[in-house]
Amino acid sequence: MLEITNLVKRYGHDEAVLKELDLKVEGNSVVAIVGASGAGKSTMLRCINRLVEPTSGSIKLNGHELLRLRGAQLRRARRKIGMVFQGFNLLDRLTVMENVLAGRLGYVNLYQAISRRYPQADIERAFVLMERVGIAHYANKRADELSGGERQRVGVVRALMQEPDVLLADEPTASLDPRTSEQIMVLLQSLASELSLPVLINIHNVAQAKTYTERIVGLRHGKMIFDGLPADFNKDALDAIYGGIDAPDDAITDTPAEEHAHDAS
Amino acid sequence: MVDHAQQLADHVWQRHNPKQRLIRFAVLLATAMLVFWAVRDIDIFWPWVWDAPNQITGLGARMWPPSGEGLNNIIGALIETVHIATLATFLTIFLALPVAYIAAQNTTPNRACLWLGRFILVASRSVNTIIWALLFVAIFGPGVLAGILAIIFRSIGFIGKLMGEAIEEIDRRPVEAMEATGASKAKVIAYAVVPQVMPAFFAIVILRWDINIRESTVLGLVGAGGIGVILQGSIDTFAWQTVATILIAIIVLVLIGEAVTSLLRSKVL
Amino acid sequence: MTPPDAQSSTPRTWKKPPFIANPLLRYGLIIVGVVYLVWAFGSLPFNWARIAEGLPRAGRIFGGGFPPNLERYELLITGFKESFQIAIMATLVGVLLSIPFAVMAARNIAPMPIYIIGRAVIIISRSFHPVIVAILFVAAVGFGPLAGILTLILYSIGFVGKLLAEEIEEIDWGQVEAMKAAGAGYGAILFYAVFPQILPRQVGLSMYQLDSNLRASAVVGIVGAGGIGSTLMNAFGRYDYDFAFAILLVIIAVILLSEGISGWVRKKIW
Repeated sequence: MLEITNLVKRYGHDEAVLKELDLKVEGNSVVAIVGASGAGKSTMLRCINRLVEPTSGSIKLNGHELLRLRGAQLRRARRKIGMVFQGFNLLDRLTVMENVLAGRLGYVNLYQAISRRYPQADIERAFVLMERVGIAHYANKRADELSGGERQRVGVVRALMQEPDVLLADEPTASLDPRTSEQIMVLLQSLASELSLPVLINIHNVAQAKTYTERIVGLRHGKMIFDGLPADFNKDALDAIYGGIDAPDDAITDTPAEEHAHDAS
Repeated sequence: MVDHAQQLADHVWQRHNPKQRLIRFAVLLATAMLVFWAVRDIDIFWPWVWDAPNQITGLGARMWPPSGEGLNNIIGALIETVHIATLATFLTIFLALPVAYIAAQNTTPNRACLWLGRFILVASRSVNTIIWALLFVAIFGPGVLAGILAIIFRSIGFIGKLMGEAIEEIDRRPVEAMEATGASKAKVIAYAVVPQVMPAFFAIVILRWDINIRESTVLGLVGAGGIGVILQGSIDTFAWQTVATILIAIIVLVLIGEAVTSLLRSKVL
Repeated sequence: MTPPDAQSSTPRTWKKPPFIANPLLRYGLIIVGVVYLVWAFGSLPFNWARIAEGLPRAGRIFGGGFPPNLERYELLITGFKESFQIAIMATLVGVLLSIPFAVMAARNIAPMPIYIIGRAVIIISRSFHPVIVAILFVAAVGFGPLAGILTLILYSIGFVGKLLAEEIEEIDWGQVEAMKAAGAGYGAILFYAVFPQILPRQVGLSMYQLDSNLRASAVVGIVGAGGIGSTLMNAFGRYDYDFAFAILLVIIAVILLSEGISGWVRKKIW
């Protein structure tokens, strides 16, 4: 269970990016976080694994407070938080297998990491997961030789290698073409239920959020202004989140046909 | 016609920018005065200048034909020169990488290390190889050790500076991803930094090796080993024909060095 | 046929694919490398007895060198003045002379025999370290700044000539064809279609060359070709270490300053 209370993030003396945010994610639910660029989605996700240092508040993962951890304790906590990135953030010049095994870096020792002598169980797990997402035959290919969708699969498998208690995905489909991004969303959705893993997905494509997630959280200027079921996410909520801001085109134009019909009626 | 008018208009516009014109004039005037001062003030006995072409052709004539005598000696010295350059480049790697690491803003442990690293790089780069050689000959006596140390001390700055810049220019995103897995700093560097700077590393070391071959040909002139020692000896004994052979040998060595360098580049990169 | 779940129950292994795929080549290269290092270290004549004296001598030299002594600053100023003069004159003449050699060494505008001569001059002047050239000029025209100037002229021709020749080879050929179509002769083509295209680069290169000539002038003096290098060499030869270190520090300061100025000017021009 992930529990965020009163989370504030402020850069210098500027206006806060996140303003007293509260969020509770339980079980294996897939939560979409929507909002315009600059609404604080990415900052919020990075506060959870402390890639960004929150100013104040509390984040608890399975009852353990994350905000006061330092050094080795922080690294141990991070192993339990998988993250998938918009730009995939792969190690381009290394093989797919090395990228996947990098998810175990928090568990193995330095010698194992540098000599690539990972425990047999890790290699086994890597093959199982890679087969699950269909990239096992690329194991010894260099990561930069893969297509965008395949690269993001590597990113997902790397995060799952950490045996995470929660999976964070920061715009995982924004760098992909529409067809591939649907596939990645389906993958994240089904992995969440297979591994009974809560997944938080930052996404600006509202149509995808409504189709593939069970709960939508809307952010605007660092404040949560919507939290509910995809079915309740209507035109008013969309306007509240994007109103007065140039919404990304695909947030509106990519809406599937039946949604259009629904809106029009 | 239109083009011409346009050109004229451009021209007129430039002339009507008085500040630019003034700056140009001032720069030109300053340069002219500087040159005038240099020519008037320099400590040269001008009749010698007019005689210089004669002297130079005279020296050239005394060098012809190159003598084949002592060719074995020369080849031995050439090999020694290559050894100095190669060993020094090899050893420099181990010293320059830590310096590059602490002198790169994104990997340095703290500000004190950053400035220490930058100081080492600047100190190494501002002193020429031959001046380093002078110093090490005074300390360790004439010989190859002084030469190797001189090349090392100059190369640290070169390799360290370029590697530091390569480290600063890496893509930050893989670093972020590795940090998110809970990897320690050493592991982040091994996975996200090292692979990214590998190509730059090979290119820089190969480039420096090429430069070091050239530099090590002159070490001997201050007694620090290599082909320069017998060049100096031949000049001191006015054995001009041997000097000519040595000069040809140096050209051949440098050209071979360049050929090897471009071969390595195409193979490794 | 194996049942689908049999595959995942057998332990699978994975090893990082080696950097060089062919094992023979991989181990061969390692062996060659090790043998070379052993051979190189073994064959070099180290005079260990003399080297062992090094540390006390280093102590003496650095002890004698600190604090650096600027008492004879007049010598220092004279040396630097001469270095500047050498650098200025060598840059002026060298950059001017590099233009004809660059034209000769550009494949697209020079006829074959001329091209070979031009390339040869540039290759030869780049192959020799300025110090070797300096020692030959010292032998030919005697000690003093003249030898230094001649050395750095050749050095400038080699460096600027090479880059300029490459620049000429990459010019926009359309302008040359336009001039040819207008019936221009070789000279006119050079002055109206080629030089305007390379001039901006030439100004930047001259600034760069002035900076590197100043550096080099500190070095060629060590073999007697004038400038601050000669002053340094004299101080060293007289075991006058405190003055030598003072000179060294000032050289470093001047080089850093000159590098800064040269970089600033080139940025302004661009």
